[in-house]
Amino acid sequence: MPTDTDDTMPLRASEDVVRVRQAVRARAVGAGFSLVDQTKIVTAASEIARNTVDYGGGGTARIEVLRNGQRRGVRLTFTDQGPGIADLTLALKDGYTTGSGLGLGLSGAKRLCNEFDVRSTPGQGTVVTLARWV
Amino acid sequence: MGDIPILKIGDCLLVSIQVDMHDRLALALQDDLTERIVADHARGVMIDISALEIVDSFIGRMLNNIAAMSRVLDAITVVVGMRPAVAITLVELGLSLTGVRTALNVDKGLALIRRAIDSPERDDADRYG
Amino acid sequence: MNDDRNTIWSLVEKHHQRLLTEWLACQQRDLRLPDSDRKADTAGLARRFLEEFRRGTASAQFDDIQAAEWQPMRELLEDLSRDRALQGFSPNETAVFVFSLKEPLFALLRREFGADADRLASETWIASRLIDELGLYTMECFAKTREEVINRQQQELLELSTPVVTLWDGILALPLIGTLDSERTQIVMESLLQRIVTSGAEIAIIDITGVPTVDTLVAQHLIKTISAARLMGADCILSGIRPQIAQTIVHLGLELNVVSKATMADALALALRRTGKVITERKQPANPEA
Repeated sequence: MPTDTDDTMPLRASEDVVRVRQAVRARAVGAGFSLVDQTKIVTAASEIARNTVDYGGGGTARIEVLRNGQRRGVRLTFTDQGPGIADLTLALKDGYTTGSGLGLGLSGAKRLCNEFDVRSTPGQGTVVTLARWV
Repeated sequence: MGDIPILKIGDCLLVSIQVDMHDRLALALQDDLTERIVADHARGVMIDISALEIVDSFIGRMLNNIAAMSRVLDAITVVVGMRPAVAITLVELGLSLTGVRTALNVDKGLALIRRAIDSPERDDADRYG
Repeated sequence: MNDDRNTIWSLVEKHHQRLLTEWLACQQRDLRLPDSDRKADTAGLARRFLEEFRRGTASAQFDDIQAAEWQPMRELLEDLSRDRALQGFSPNETAVFVFSLKEPLFALLRREFGADADRLASETWIASRLIDELGLYTMECFAKTREEVINRQQQELLELSTPVVTLWDGILALPLIGTLDSERTQIVMESLLQRIVTSGAEIAIIDITGVPTVDTLVAQHLIKTISAARLMGADCILSGIRPQIAQTIVHLGLELNVVSKATMADALALALRRTGKVITERKQPANPEA
């Protein structure tokens, strides 16, 4: 699938989370996303970006604008070399709404996207890839 | 004192969240609010989020915390000004704002707080008719 | 080899007037354009097409129509096919515009290279391939425009079937007709929330008389819509619950968490009470003319 352009940003502190949100918003607007779709992907990005900073010890965020025929999409890849996620199944459960303090927001972010993938090795790091298409 | 101004309107406190929040700011706000509720004998806390383009679980947690603390101090928390796109996203995200009431704008928020304070038992009868 | 590439260009340069005339005649014959407006429009387009054709064939990127030199031509074809699609021309009619250039162009080549069979064959092949590419590009653009039209119509249809009605000050009604799938739910939510913002309504009556079945999925969509409205400060009342629906809801153990009434009339009565309104009898007898 051809990708238009590609941007990798550092994620070390809260300010970076803000920057990543703004960058994702800009790319989503450029890809012709409706306001609701923009809001969904920026919110998902915010969730994962915060995780990367708070739990992953910092990392990077990569933003790609995709094209598949008529459809346009935005794909985000969050990488860190942090402690990793020990129990992925648990992390992907609806942890937030029941208030069980994992607070990873992974399951929520997943609901906001069309594609969602998490790879994690305890002790080595985590890569979260998500994409939304319009 | 944190960076977010807290206004007093009668026996209510009004906070407008304009900037991107991060940990320190959120904690400072929660601290400030708690102090002010007690100091000003506030019965209601209104949080204006009309400037927020997104509400993620971090902000959601902050709002829930504020509501929980307010309740302990016998004050009602009302969130006002949520944007439609944000509401739709929150619902999809599955984030539930527990103990947080919502109103369209500051005026309606104040009216809601008034109604709730003045006649708390009217609520139920009203609901089911 | 450079010679070959410039052959088409130099021929078209030399004979473009005649080429244009013959080409228009072919289109006339194949399309049977009725009114003079369309004819004039086509003549103008044909002239511009040939100009861009000359520019494209002059370049080194002779046979790659995706190259930069062919950009104006591509834009021309995009505009052409878009206009034709929107005006309701058939794909065939749109394609004929480009493909009918073959006839006069081949005739031109025959006049020039008639004696040299090999040369004629190779030049004809080059010309044919080029026109094929341009014609196919035109068709792609045409198809794209058609898709856009269909999508837009679908959107409009969806929006039309989810009207939000103001029943009274501060009371909205949302009569849902048909099944509630996730796409429809998005539109419903957007319309309803937008209306809540503009009207400041605090009560929304969601009527499901027209919703054939309520299963777990539909219930989820309803719950989402109700939650979203609540976040905007509007409370919802569900109405139009048919007996079978009530049974299904209980049977499936669905927790809708909303006040529900059998009819919209009941819901309206409740809404009026909640907003502090009362309906009283007039002192004089009712006057149907009033």
